[in-house]
Amino acid sequence: MMARYQNMFTQVQLRGPLEQGPRLPAGSFRRIGTGSYAYWAGKLGAAQIGPIYLGKLGLASLICAFTAFEIIGLNMFASVGWDPVQFARQLPWLALEPPGPQWGFQMLVPLAQGGWWQMAGFFMTTALILWWVRTFVRARALGMGTHVAWAFGAGIFLIVTLGFIRPMLMRSWAEAVPFGIFPHLDWTAAFSIRYGNLFYNPFHCLSIVFLYGSTMLFAMHGATVLATGRYGSEREIEQITDRGTAFERGALFWRWTMGFNATAESIHRWAWWFAVLTPLTGAIGILLTGTVVDNWYLWAILHGYAPNYPGTGVIDPATLPGAPQ
Amino acid sequence: MTRVVTIAALGGSALLLAGCELGPKRSTQTGYRGAGLNQIIDPDTIAQATAIPPAPYPLPPDGGPTAGESYQNVKVVANLSKERFDHLMAEMNQWVAPPEQGCNYCHNPENMASDEKYTKIVARRMLQMTQTINSKWASHVKTTGVTCYTCHRGKPVPDYKWALAEGTTEPTTILRNKHGQNTPNQNVGYSSLPYDPFAQYLRGKAQIRVASSSPFPSSNHIVSIKATEQSYGLMMHVSGALGVNCTYCHNSQSFRAWNLSSAQRGTAYYGIRMVRDINENYIESLQKVFPAYRKGPHGDPYKVNCTTCHQGVAKPLGGVSMIAQAPILWGRAMPRAEPEGGANAATAVPAAFAKPAAMTARK
Repeated sequence: MMARYQNMFTQVQLRGPLEQGPRLPAGSFRRIGTGSYAYWAGKLGAAQIGPIYLGKLGLASLICAFTAFEIIGLNMFASVGWDPVQFARQLPWLALEPPGPQWGFQMLVPLAQGGWWQMAGFFMTTALILWWVRTFVRARALGMGTHVAWAFGAGIFLIVTLGFIRPMLMRSWAEAVPFGIFPHLDWTAAFSIRYGNLFYNPFHCLSIVFLYGSTMLFAMHGATVLATGRYGSEREIEQITDRGTAFERGALFWRWTMGFNATAESIHRWAWWFAVLTPLTGAIGILLTGTVVDNWYLWAILHGYAPNYPGTGVIDPATLPGAPQ
Repeated sequence: MTRVVTIAALGGSALLLAGCELGPKRSTQTGYRGAGLNQIIDPDTIAQATAIPPAPYPLPPDGGPTAGESYQNVKVVANLSKERFDHLMAEMNQWVAPPEQGCNYCHNPENMASDEKYTKIVARRMLQMTQTINSKWASHVKTTGVTCYTCHRGKPVPDYKWALAEGTTEPTTILRNKHGQNTPNQNVGYSSLPYDPFAQYLRGKAQIRVASSSPFPSSNHIVSIKATEQSYGLMMHVSGALGVNCTYCHNSQSFRAWNLSSAQRGTAYYGIRMVRDINENYIESLQKVFPAYRKGPHGDPYKVNCTTCHQGVAKPLGGVSMIAQAPILWGRAMPRAEPEGGANAATAVPAAFAKPAAMTARK
């Protein structure tokens, strides 16, 4: 019994009549298929796949996402002269680049010079927003709160900040992130170098705290629930008002190991806020970079925030009389 | 089924690890503690300094008739003694000329004074260049100096050189247009950064510095992320050429701040200007002299970058000076330029500059 909860994969899979969901309101699209059980899906989550409901929003979102994906992929494919071997070999390096600085924040840049990037960005953003509306509408339809939609919205806000809001504030598309595996990583490093080390951006710090904090909270919470599973800890929401022995044991464990324990309600609020604040604080840090602060290291020196290491005594040769420039 | 999954998982992990460099690494602290100021070297893959060739014969004493008196058409080193001139020619033969051609690579054996071979015109300019490097650019080559061998390594054309990159410069098509980047290229350490930083920074004089000197934005400092990637590409080239990581010169706390940088960054500063001087005044000026097969796809002669001399080693040839065997290459015979940094450079340039180890000491 014990080993069951120490396994990486889900140990219990239920089989029975497939869940079809409530009756759809009038005017809805039909659900696709009646669903089926998938053993390997059951290792990771629910074993039932389908029936699938896309609806107008879901369909529109997927069409936009597919359009963005195709624009990006075909641009990359064209960049290697439609050579499938080179496309596969160089894929991690290939990119769809935003317009250069000479275009400023102009709309409708010629396609080959960044216009494709603008179109891909537009369709990707539209797909994300349509999917966001879908999560909102579905949640309402099921009589749920809209917590998932707002958490998803926080992530979308960071994406839109990087690709649209900040370039708009900077009046330059060239500030935006390219589409591509290595290219977007090199962009990240270049961004930090250009703006004097993002490490000294306090909102970047906060974002990292919430990101790492999220992983830690997730690990602590998941571990606690699994560890008390044999006493019925999976009824997490009931335990808010009716704690029961599973919760009591988990609570005692944390109180005795670190002196404090969350409640069955608060742990989920902790997790939600940490997750949501990761992209929100990150987006604030991005918005301030280049608009309010141009060199975060110097900003941190100004505010006594960067540690003062002993200097090396080296002088910028460009400031020496007669040195070549 | 479990067995298939296990094999797939093990195979997948092995594949992911295939990119790792096995074996112990050597790590040396090079600056103040806690700031990541380390040089990490993989002894298995780091470039080794090549062996120094023995002198063709011992350097003869100076004096006696000059080369200008003994031979015709000696222009650069006419005041050198004939004995030393012959020795220099023997060295150049060994350092540069292909063995099967020897002297005839540059000279017409029937008339050694003739300038009919393009290689002789180039060699004459290269002698002037070497003297300029050793005198005007002592800020970079210090007292080690360079000889023909530093770049040529016994070959008529140095192994590591560059010309304007191939690829479309046509901006209005996406076909085969990677905008000069996003390609696995050794120049930039196989990153997706712009892979031809040379045209812009080592031929042109584009601004390398991208971080602002002020904490706050100003209309005087508009540098795009794309320009930053260009500069970053050049830095990757320097890193690869010298076989060092970023913190050899920079403190990652602030790549921009000079007072946190190592003395080597100053040396590199002069090195970049030296390379520009070489490319502009000593190689591009030979544009008409070089035959087509000594030029790149765009018809510009092959030029130098950091790798041309360094070849993966922080100090070319492991820091061994060969110039004692060819003292004329110091270039003292020609009017010397002002010392770098002006007349007061010796005091203005801090001691750390001359003694890189000093920077590791606690202040």
